[in-house]
Amino acid sequence: MAADPLIRMRGVTKTFGAGPAAFQALKGVDLDISAGDFVAVMGPSGSGKSTTMNILGCLDVPTAGSFEFKGVAVERLDRDQRALLRRRYLGFVFQGFNLLARTSALENVELPLLYRGEDKASRHKTGMEALAKVGIADWWHHTPAELSGGQQQRVAIARAIVTNPDVLLADEPTGNLDSITSLEIMDLLTGLNRNLGITVLMVTHEADMAAYARTIVHFKDGLVESIAAGRGRVGAPA
Amino acid sequence: MFFTTLVLAVREIRRHLLRSFLTVLGIVIGVFAVVTMVTLGNGATKAVQTQIASLGANILQIRPGQGFGRGGGGPQPPDFTMADVEAIQNQVAGVKAVAPQAQASGIAVRNAANWSTQVNGTTIAYFTAQQWPLTGGRIFTTAEEQAGKAVCIIGSTVQQNLFQGDDPVGERFRIRDLSCEVIGTLSARGQGGFGNDQDDVVIMPIKAVQRRFSGNRDIRFIMVAVDDQYQTSTVQSSIESLLRERRKIAGGKQDDFNIFDTKQISDTLSGTTKVLTAVMGAVAAVSLLVGGIGIMNIMLVSVTERTREIGIRLAIGAVAREVLLQFLVEAVALACLGGVIGLILSLAATFFLAPLIQVPFLFDVQINLIAFFFSALIGVVFGYFPARRAASLNPIDALRHE
Repeated sequence: MAADPLIRMRGVTKTFGAGPAAFQALKGVDLDISAGDFVAVMGPSGSGKSTTMNILGCLDVPTAGSFEFKGVAVERLDRDQRALLRRRYLGFVFQGFNLLARTSALENVELPLLYRGEDKASRHKTGMEALAKVGIADWWHHTPAELSGGQQQRVAIARAIVTNPDVLLADEPTGNLDSITSLEIMDLLTGLNRNLGITVLMVTHEADMAAYARTIVHFKDGLVESIAAGRGRVGAPA
Repeated sequence: MFFTTLVLAVREIRRHLLRSFLTVLGIVIGVFAVVTMVTLGNGATKAVQTQIASLGANILQIRPGQGFGRGGGGPQPPDFTMADVEAIQNQVAGVKAVAPQAQASGIAVRNAANWSTQVNGTTIAYFTAQQWPLTGGRIFTTAEEQAGKAVCIIGSTVQQNLFQGDDPVGERFRIRDLSCEVIGTLSARGQGGFGNDQDDVVIMPIKAVQRRFSGNRDIRFIMVAVDDQYQTSTVQSSIESLLRERRKIAGGKQDDFNIFDTKQISDTLSGTTKVLTAVMGAVAAVSLLVGGIGIMNIMLVSVTERTREIGIRLAIGAVAREVLLQFLVEAVALACLGGVIGLILSLAATFFLAPLIQVPFLFDVQINLIAFFFSALIGVVFGYFPARRAASLNPIDALRHE
């Protein structure tokens, strides 16, 4: 690992509930992720990988321990400060795409720019560029209902990268897709990681998908079980 | 930022056109009810004022007794005399004209037509005191007035009933035992402030009425026109003290006569219609409130329905305030939309209803603005709670929401 990682987690715990019903989802996670990495997070249900992703995505804060993003102690930020951090540095891709219904692809992609206060012309230009990067610029005026699953996920990825984020968090991005489309999406993510230098953090169940990553982190029972190198580190996937 | 939020809100409303319309229906009805009520109420007030004004401006009416009647038991206060009239004319400053009035009623007969009417004996001053133009003929001369000649000027109702289409000027008709010559016809005045027909009248020299009908020299009413330069209230109190003196009313005793100002009646009556308008408006405002609750309902449903959308917005970096603003602006935009629809409907309704209930159509900018801003305010008040709920959602839970 590099000396100055992008993300540094130390002794992170997360407890849900209180009293006898309390459940400790994370039991002291130490994790460093350096800029430009492509990390696949794996593990069975309840292993703590989703909780970790929520903390990494600044959507949630640890109960104890420290989580530094770019040297900033995220656990000390309030709700709105974390929102601004997400707006500036993070992009999200979800299993269920989570596009706004009855809203065109371009409008969906423009959404983060809207919150950045960019004017209409610049939103349009940047939005179209992002759609071009994921290869569906021709579909910009279609609503999610008129797009296939793979196309919807591409729109979602375009939305995540439209702000040039440092980190792309993908929660089972291929979970709702067939295997061929899944491979296309993985190629796309790999390309973004290589060509644009975006750090990708991806949760997945499937070893095939995890293989694309440079680093594979296995979770078990709220702890990091192992960290291994993926195929993405040595060369392009077949 | 605010503009983009507005664009988002309008987009959202357009996406659910039917639901948006149903949501704002309450506001539409509320604004419609308030504005229609108040507009028609204002028209009614105006109508009353116009009718009272037709009695004449700056006019004081003096009657014996207190209140409108002559009062209950005890000796009846005496009527006025011609000397009182002259005293008022000569001793009170600011009096333009003083017209004594003696009244009688009787059946007017001409050929086969007969009509029960009111005879009003007065002087030329009556026509100076108030604007009541003739449509034909002339008023009586000083000589006729002095002599108490049987000449008369008839109101349009009498004219219609006795003369049908004929020109009455120069004709004669009989009233009680008196045959009188028509020398003039009065223009139509319509209903008085109390629903009486002002045109159902025959005007004669006062001496004729006193001599031929009442058999005494009493004067029942005195009408005083006040000079524009003077305050009616000042003139009123001068007349009061003069009459107290003349009627020998000891200090501390109540007046046995009554002076009232047409302006006062006008104020009282229009005050009444204004209160009624306000009450009706307030009742209608309750429906606006109910409309606001309707908006809150739908916005709450909308927040639940769009939980996932809120989650997405929060995840991509919307701060709580922006989500709050979005839902608030949406509620306010909906409410304003409802307000505008209500105003348009009300404009159309009052425009067509006003002539139907015989009040003037008065477009009141103020009440329209108030109603509009009130509906916007309702949007803010009732939109705030759902918006705050949306803004306080946890992004993780919101994204997981099915």
